[in-house]
Amino acid sequence: MIKLRLPGWARLPRQPMLRHLLFGALGALFFYLLSNSLSSFNNFQLGEVAVYAIAIAGLSVLTGVNGQISLGQGAFLAVGAYTIGELEVHQSINLVFQLLIAVAVSAAVGFIIAVPATRLRGPYLAGMTLLLALALPFLSDKYSSFFGGDQGLITLPPDAPGSIDPQKWLTWIQLLCALIVLVLLGNLLSSRFGRSFRAVRDNEVAASLAGVHVARTKVIAFVISAACAGLSGALLVLSTGVVNTGEFPLSLSIYILAGMVLGGAGTLTGAWWGAILVVYLPNQWSQSLANAFHANHLVGANLAVIVFGAVLIIVMLLAPAGVQGGLRWLGHRLVTVSTVTKLGSNISVALQDQPASKQDRGGPDSETAATSVD
Amino acid sequence: MRLFWNITLGGVAEGMIFASVALGLVLIFRATNVINFAQGAMAMLTTFIAFSVFGKGVGYWPAFVVALACGLFLGGLVQLVLIRPVQNKPPLNAVIVTFGLLILLEGLAGAVWGNSNRGFPAAFSQSGLVIGHTAIAFSHFDIFIVVAVLVLVVLVAALFRFTTLGLRMRAAAFAPEAARLLGVKVSWLLTLGWSFAAVAGALAGLLVAPTSVFSPTFMDLILVYAFTAAVIGGLDSPVGAVIGGLVTGLALAYVGGYLGGALEPIGALVMLIVVLMIRPEGLFARPTARRV
Amino acid sequence: MLEVSELSVSFGAVSALKGVSLQARTGSITAVLGANGAGKTTLLRAISGLVKAHAGSVRYDKHELVGMSVERIVRAGVSHVPEGGSVIAEMTVAENLQLGAVWRYGRRERQRRIGEIYEIFPALATRAKQHASTLSGGERQMLAIGRALVSRPSLLLLDEPSLGLAPLVTAGLMAVLADLSKGGEITTVLVEQNARSALSIASWAVVLNLGTVVVSDSADAVAGDADLRHHFLGF
Repeated sequence: MIKLRLPGWARLPRQPMLRHLLFGALGALFFYLLSNSLSSFNNFQLGEVAVYAIAIAGLSVLTGVNGQISLGQGAFLAVGAYTIGELEVHQSINLVFQLLIAVAVSAAVGFIIAVPATRLRGPYLAGMTLLLALALPFLSDKYSSFFGGDQGLITLPPDAPGSIDPQKWLTWIQLLCALIVLVLLGNLLSSRFGRSFRAVRDNEVAASLAGVHVARTKVIAFVISAACAGLSGALLVLSTGVVNTGEFPLSLSIYILAGMVLGGAGTLTGAWWGAILVVYLPNQWSQSLANAFHANHLVGANLAVIVFGAVLIIVMLLAPAGVQGGLRWLGHRLVTVSTVTKLGSNISVALQDQPASKQDRGGPDSETAATSVD
Repeated sequence: MRLFWNITLGGVAEGMIFASVALGLVLIFRATNVINFAQGAMAMLTTFIAFSVFGKGVGYWPAFVVALACGLFLGGLVQLVLIRPVQNKPPLNAVIVTFGLLILLEGLAGAVWGNSNRGFPAAFSQSGLVIGHTAIAFSHFDIFIVVAVLVLVVLVAALFRFTTLGLRMRAAAFAPEAARLLGVKVSWLLTLGWSFAAVAGALAGLLVAPTSVFSPTFMDLILVYAFTAAVIGGLDSPVGAVIGGLVTGLALAYVGGYLGGALEPIGALVMLIVVLMIRPEGLFARPTARRV
Repeated sequence: MLEVSELSVSFGAVSALKGVSLQARTGSITAVLGANGAGKTTLLRAISGLVKAHAGSVRYDKHELVGMSVERIVRAGVSHVPEGGSVIAEMTVAENLQLGAVWRYGRRERQRRIGEIYEIFPALATRAKQHASTLSGGERQMLAIGRALVSRPSLLLLDEPSLGLAPLVTAGLMAVLADLSKGGEITTVLVEQNARSALSIASWAVVLNLGTVVVSDSADAVAGDADLRHHFLGF
């Protein structure tokens, strides 16, 4: 077990945990009612939203809360997907165990990447994850008999009990997984782990002086994000029915990153907005957009990528205090809203506590001060 | 044995290409602490522009010059419009901006030129040279690759060593505030640094395109290989970038030649992991600059 | 003549300078004294444009420096040697000196000026080809001041040149500064915590405390005021 030395006030508080559970239950009720009113295809898409929300929430914890970045989350989706594909090919185990094994394998791959990449501050994790996302497809080419080559591996959707529509059953499984992950992440962030994540993001030196093991914290955050992505990938291929490298191009990693950035780095609620964008923009919205402007097929085929690229750039340029500042601002608003109205379908309140070091790149004021001192 | 030498020669040519992209990455990283993940995509764009110019029938060399000129312009433009606003922000912002630019440019190129694979002309013959009576896996074009990158490296070295522009650029990179107090116009030199780096990238694009499939994503792998090379070289040493490029090119050539080409990207990943575990500061980093 | 009037600088909610006014006569040395956090460094950084003043003015030689960029202020003849000298350790001594003159002189004139600096600081001449990282603390400070002088500035802003130097080295440095000022061409503003040695060469002294001017008087008067010495100058 990993021990982080933190003072007593930093121990897991009871209240946020209960609150997250409450939000989770409300969310479950909401999605139950919603899925019952939707067609089979719309349920398929709702399930995909839930699946991407898991991956985006994991990345959001890594980037928004811990201050690291992964440009290749798609690779971990692929790891989770292939794991469950192999499990289905070779033997039939309970779905819960299959998903847990998929999570464990992607967490292990994340660990292998994170340990060397987090030894130094710098762009190492970004570069290595990008390389991983580009490299993994080649592995399935090389060992095509194991990975199923171009055709990939076949996955079967889980059997639905009784007379429940199989698609709806699968959507429920995906939604339930997403809600469980978000409640767990919400609790994690309000625990001492969350505090040490934020402390490392705000100031590595100060965090290590306060007794936080910086490298270990960064590895944990990355492994968590990889595990989320692995679960997301495993759930995704239950819908699509096939695992092959074509399902996990670099653009998938880009979509997840853009969804996270737009939804708001560090907010778990934002993961849902990002996931909606990731599901609907590439498939439907971009085509309608291209048709509306009578663009040729080349433009239509590339519009999603163009929009996601533009989203990444524009959000970064127009959010004046950067990822961290925007996240903090958003967090503040969330807290104010939820405490004032006691309402809100926020699955979690990621950011109700103050950041560990206030003077470090806080609001716009200290930002300008820091710039001018330079 | 012949296989070994052929692989080695191929590795040298590949390595020179990695070196030129890595050099661009390092020039930018050293000055602004940003890894330009769009370095490859910018090179892709300038190469596609050259492709269009070439298609107008103006011949290879004018298209070549146009690509380099576009690199000069594009690099400066990107720095001014996209990088300068995030320069004093958390470093993640710049990473996300350059990554966003990478896919934006690939999407735009796909929209204009299509996503299918094409062929790109080479300046010289690409069939192997014949020495005595044996053909070797090294062509006139490979010689051109090696010479072109060597010329680039010599020009960059001469710029830094013998010119006051290079002196000012080094000062702007090492100690921006001290440089400003000595009248050095730091912000404009950073823009110029991006321009020069993009020219190095544009050259790499022109050298890679004939030897691989030519599509909007053709520089993706080159970029991550160059990143590997730059990390091996220590990320802020231009000499290290060149040597790191050669090391990476050779290592990947052996992996590809003996174990199969599909393992090259995994080989690069393994190299990165090994280097970061054994010697995280790289082989040629400035000792003072990297402490955190 | 440097004329600072009602200069105010703040970082976020913290005001570092609150309406500071002072004058430095042409060709003289003005010492700016005070405890840590008094605003001495901020004053120099505001004059040279490194930090933005939000009120007040800095007039120098017909220029209004507030609002001008650092690079243009340098071209108006202002040379600022920041605390610690900030010599560029990755470059040789000669390259550091070159850098100081690049904006102003061509190759030949630059070499001539660097030769003159070597006459002022002979220790630097023997180490011209060495990396600045190999220099001692005193040599680094000489290099920083020499580098600031290469471009023949008319206003020299020095931030704690004696910091971390042995007393003997400090005395040597102060003697050089006094010499430089004798020609009457260089106006010097000398920020020091080491008040005793600064007052020994200055003609005028300004004492700052918490961002405001406490006293502005002749150096002799300040040095002779026991109360002032006791409360603000620590000797």
